[in-house]
Amino acid sequence: MSEPEELTVDINGFSCRVSKKGQGPKLGFLAGFGGLPRWIPFLDALARERTVVVPSLPGFPGGDRGHTVLDSHLDWLLAIRQLLQKAGLEGADLAGSSVGGSFAAEVAAIWPHAVRRLALIAPWGLFDEKDPMTDPWAQRAPEVPALLCADPERWNQLKTEPEGANSPEWPIVQTRANEAAARAFWPLGNTRIEKRLPLIAAPTLLIWGEQDRIVPRSYADRFAAGIAGRTELTTIPGAGHLAELDKPDEVAATILRWTA
Amino acid sequence: MKLMWFHLMPYTELPEDFRDKHPSVWVDIHSSLFDPRRAHLMYNDFMDELEFAAECGFDAVCVNEHHSNGYGLMPSPNLIASALARRTSDVALCVMGNSLALYNPPTRVAEEFAMIDVISGGRLIAGFPVGTPMDTCFAYGQNPSMLRDRYYEAHDLVMRAWTEQDTFAFNGRFNQQRYVNIWPRPVQKPHPPIWIPGGGSVETWRWCAEMDHVYAYLSYFGYKAGQVTMQGFWDEMARLGKDRNPYRAGFLQFVGVAETREEAYRLYREPAEYFYGRCLHVDPRFAGAPGYTSEATQRAGVVGQVAQVARMRRFDTLAREMDAIVDNGYVIIGSPDEVAEQLREVATNLNVGHLMLLMQFGNMGKDLAKHNTKLFAEKVMPQLTNVFTEWEDHWWPQPMARDARASLTPFRQSAMAAE
Repeated sequence: MSEPEELTVDINGFSCRVSKKGQGPKLGFLAGFGGLPRWIPFLDALARERTVVVPSLPGFPGGDRGHTVLDSHLDWLLAIRQLLQKAGLEGADLAGSSVGGSFAAEVAAIWPHAVRRLALIAPWGLFDEKDPMTDPWAQRAPEVPALLCADPERWNQLKTEPEGANSPEWPIVQTRANEAAARAFWPLGNTRIEKRLPLIAAPTLLIWGEQDRIVPRSYADRFAAGIAGRTELTTIPGAGHLAELDKPDEVAATILRWTA
Repeated sequence: MKLMWFHLMPYTELPEDFRDKHPSVWVDIHSSLFDPRRAHLMYNDFMDELEFAAECGFDAVCVNEHHSNGYGLMPSPNLIASALARRTSDVALCVMGNSLALYNPPTRVAEEFAMIDVISGGRLIAGFPVGTPMDTCFAYGQNPSMLRDRYYEAHDLVMRAWTEQDTFAFNGRFNQQRYVNIWPRPVQKPHPPIWIPGGGSVETWRWCAEMDHVYAYLSYFGYKAGQVTMQGFWDEMARLGKDRNPYRAGFLQFVGVAETREEAYRLYREPAEYFYGRCLHVDPRFAGAPGYTSEATQRAGVVGQVAQVARMRRFDTLAREMDAIVDNGYVIIGSPDEVAEQLREVATNLNVGHLMLLMQFGNMGKDLAKHNTKLFAEKVMPQLTNVFTEWEDHWWPQPMARDARASLTPFRQSAMAAE
């Protein structure tokens, strides 16, 4: 299988990687908690039918230390809006998972013409005291993989340093990804996105792993109820929070169908 | 050298099976373990002990800030320090300290510290810790990715609030205030000495050197484990062209004195095992928050104290029993002569002019704490007065002249009844 094409764009003086693969109309993807330290099978599945464009969010793997100058939610949203524009995704279909799903929804809310169709995999941004989101940061290291994926090995495959790379930077980049998520979502994951959901006019597909241990399933209903555009909810059996890691083909097929 | 008496104010009645039944002494320790009526007695005992240490002639009494913590009952050390200001007359009051980023606006710290400095006639040492991840990020919900920048900005704001003569506007990245003008102003000019309790990060050492603040390494693992850190500190000072004035540094050490070493072992065993067995039982999930430790510090392989404990637990190297606690140097015990000799060695080896001594620890009761304190003051202290006399301590409080200070009204328990 061919390697993705990679370019970098400048956001606030920091470089952000943009990976691209496939043919056909563009489809953007914003990665979830932990980011994408490597290319994943889910993206290949999308690339079979579409040109998949994957910009790295500031502070996430490929996104340098761009998070360090983002002090407010507005700073984040403006950085991500610029990132999408520079990645050539203006007006394209946009998918996002977890952290990235939340930002994709924000962009669709605030700049309605920036997004054609939207697909959100267990997006962050809400908090319900009666059904709280799991604290993704205060966890014992050995328990993290099973919290994020139904099959913990999927997370380990994403996060294990490539053999022979032996870079002292690898663990630092992974910690930085957690920090970047914390910078935007600490301490509860609640960005009060609820207030902006009614601004989303784009048809929106909500995807939830049936075994999501981070964001409760009830949050899907709150997203669906808040979003002004048409919504549809698909749950993926055998998938956890990062459903695209657990069930790449199923999640990709659902997104491809929605954005066809 | 300076001998300072430090209190953590641990809750002294954590159950024996605490470690097995409860996940953490910090952050989510259960409220059912806290009995306010017992804590009433504890606080009053602890404050008696601090006042007693002052009477015994220690150079300073020290308090610090922790939140949601079973071994540190001082969310606000300023409350204790202000009470001490009224019940002591000459001792330095070392508040070690206020975690700047937790105060909104941070001028609150400038104000409260100025109050303590004014009430005490200029006896305050102002400590500015970043605060642990448990205190700041988890208990107080601060964003770990912004904590340090907020801390540095708050520091600059407090310094300006203390030193600028006119009302000014502060246009910071995180704090904006149109009118900064604190009342009262500190007695000490240009401001009280500033001490920074820190871990072993090079950035903190450099910053202390640049600001001319004292660096204090508050480790629970004693002089043997502290050697590497203090060596790193002095190497960095040398690189920066700073002198080796031992008063640039502070170091924490647990101490138990008795007539003989055997007696000391017997007396201090239980409180030491209580501290290392129950008080350091922190759930590893709270050991670090992403972004709390800078990337430079991560690259240098420096880990925080609780992360260190987590690692020790994993490899089973954390000493919880008295023999190992003593062998590892966590607690120095012995006869007065033995303790004096060891502390002299600690001070000279680590080149530390400010020794902060924990003489009440774990579940130690008031009688034993006072015994420890008194014996130390009578028989150890005199043996250490000649250490570092060749150096001047530029980082010690400069109080008002004694005859210019208010004389304290003697405290009468039954003032009303007597009238």
